[in-house]
Amino acid sequence: MAEPGTILAASGLGKRFGALVVLGDVDFAVREGEAVGIVGPNGAGKTTLLNVLSGAYPPSAGRVTFRGQDVSALDAAARCRRGIARSHQIPRPFSGMTVFENLLVAARAGGGLRGRAAELRCLDALEQCAMMPLANRRGETLGLLDRKRLELARALATGPQVLLLDEIGGGLTDGEAADLVGIIQAIRARGIAVVWIEHIVHILVQVVGRLVCMDAGRVIAEGAPGDVLRDAAVIDAYLGPSAHAHPVG
Amino acid sequence: MSGPDLIVQRWTTRSAWFVAAMGALVVLLALGPTVFSAGLTDRLTTLFIYVILGAMWNALAGYGGLVSVGQQAFFGLGAYAAIRLSHAEVPVYPAIVLAGLAVGVLSLAVGEVMLRLRGGEFAVGMWVVAELAHLLVNLDPLVQGETGTSLIALNAVGAVARRGYNYWLALATMAALLGVLFALLRGRVGTAIQSIRDDEQAAGSLGVRVLPTKRIVFVLAATGCAMAGALWLSTAITFQPKAYFSVQWTAYMIFMTLVGGIGTFEGPVLGAVLFFLVETFFGARGVWYLVGLGAAALAFSLFLPRGMFGALDQRFSLRLLPLGYRVMLPGLLLRRGESGRG
Ligand SMILES: Nc1ncnc2c1ncn2[C@@H]1O[C@H](COP(=O)(O)OP(=O)(O)O)[C@@H](O)[C@H]1O
Ligand SMILES: [Mg+2]
Repeated sequence: MAEPGTILAASGLGKRFGALVVLGDVDFAVREGEAVGIVGPNGAGKTTLLNVLSGAYPPSAGRVTFRGQDVSALDAAARCRRGIARSHQIPRPFSGMTVFENLLVAARAGGGLRGRAAELRCLDALEQCAMMPLANRRGETLGLLDRKRLELARALATGPQVLLLDEIGGGLTDGEAADLVGIIQAIRARGIAVVWIEHIVHILVQVVGRLVCMDAGRVIAEGAPGDVLRDAAVIDAYLGPSAHAHPVG
Repeated sequence: MSGPDLIVQRWTTRSAWFVAAMGALVVLLALGPTVFSAGLTDRLTTLFIYVILGAMWNALAGYGGLVSVGQQAFFGLGAYAAIRLSHAEVPVYPAIVLAGLAVGVLSLAVGEVMLRLRGGEFAVGMWVVAELAHLLVNLDPLVQGETGTSLIALNAVGAVARRGYNYWLALATMAALLGVLFALLRGRVGTAIQSIRDDEQAAGSLGVRVLPTKRIVFVLAATGCAMAGALWLSTAITFQPKAYFSVQWTAYMIFMTLVGGIGTFEGPVLGAVLFFLVETFFGARGVWYLVGLGAAALAFSLFLPRGMFGALDQRFSLRLLPLGYRVMLPGLLLRRGESGRG
């Protein structure tokens, strides 16, 4: 059912924790090299969708396909080795290892590289994410913004075909946000598909060609960013019904 | 400067000298029994066994995040396996080596269950394993319950030759285990196991094969502790289950690792030397001795969490061993990095 050119797709995806239904019947697809943004209020299920796509959680219903193959039964590590990499909304650095060593884990395990090839991959990712000056710092010494940046660089060092990003842009100044947009655009230019969850919509629309809005575990709108942001359901989800006079974005 | 031009440094002149010096030290120590007094030879044999124990517990807890309070299981099983193999007519010194390897194979099965447990569950689970191993060994009529037995075949080897063999075997085993651990830590297992220690879920999300990586370290530590138990038997000759399956062995390992420096390669070796000196000069065993060790370990973990070696390494940037990675940044970048951002 996936269209040609689809790299990562979810169909009929459901996730529940006990009685709590967090994702209900989500269909979602990313084409090769495409950049898709995901927005939605807190608790909408965006992070959970990313967790199920990346294999951190098994789905309760539906399936995930990567390049047409069902990967629903694969764990996160196996999916990463195939080319699906993710960042964590709450950063999870390897605190006792340096930034470079953090990346080396990714390049060796996820990227399957050895020796100098692994080192070069890490240096490249560090440079691309403008983290080179921090290469020798231990993970635990980084501040929150650098930890988020490390999430990005580490995922990139696996050599992914799809990069799943979860709120890496929060708390940035305008200048830093512009830098981040440049970084993500450069990643896209390499042909890597990007799925980016972000609250700061004006950053997101500079990168993505398509926007998905989620609420209460469902996709409530999807399409060109401008259209989605003008969608009545999206405005309701963000501001409650009766706020139609004040569109988002 | 651009990324791909940068050098990632591992060896330094200092680390090359240090590794060469350690190699030379092992070679010099190999002369031991021919030049040292009988007493010193015996004491050093004990020291080598302590180094093995400290290094193995550190591999498990310091690099793998697998805090075990039941490593005495493998220590005791190693000694027991040597008794069993020797009883089955295997020549006594090969029996000691085979005992360590056999328990290493057994630990694969133990790990299959234990490595699915996390944190405190793993620690307690390992203690249960140790108690269980103790009980099972006591069921063997050969052991005669807590009365114990001895490695009788050793009596056939003369006292002088035995002292020398014990010493050489302990030295060789220590050198081999440290060498294997060093090689593992330098390679991809080293980065993978440390990432699991720091955040298992994040490691998995980056493609790390969590269980197989833990298994390698678990089996190495079990094999090492089993070898240590078999070597201890070679020096003590008598095997009383209670003495070998005592939790004091793990307490010693924890002391050596915490005081020397958990998560550093050199730390537990330093810790073992310190422990050895404390034992040599304050001699006493018994309750207060253990209480003192416990208090010292606690104080270190509170005030010097990376132990003596960790503190020295940080203060003086020793980097004695080429285990880490240092990206050689041009000065300008380096200063920006040291001052930090965010
Ligand atoms: N592991 C979990 N166990 C139970 N509930 C969870 C778990 N993860 C997420 N949830 C719940 O699922 C809902 C959606 O969470 P999340 O996917 O993090 O939303 P978002 O990322 O859109 O803010 C929330 O109500 C959250 O409490
Ligand atoms: Mg979220």
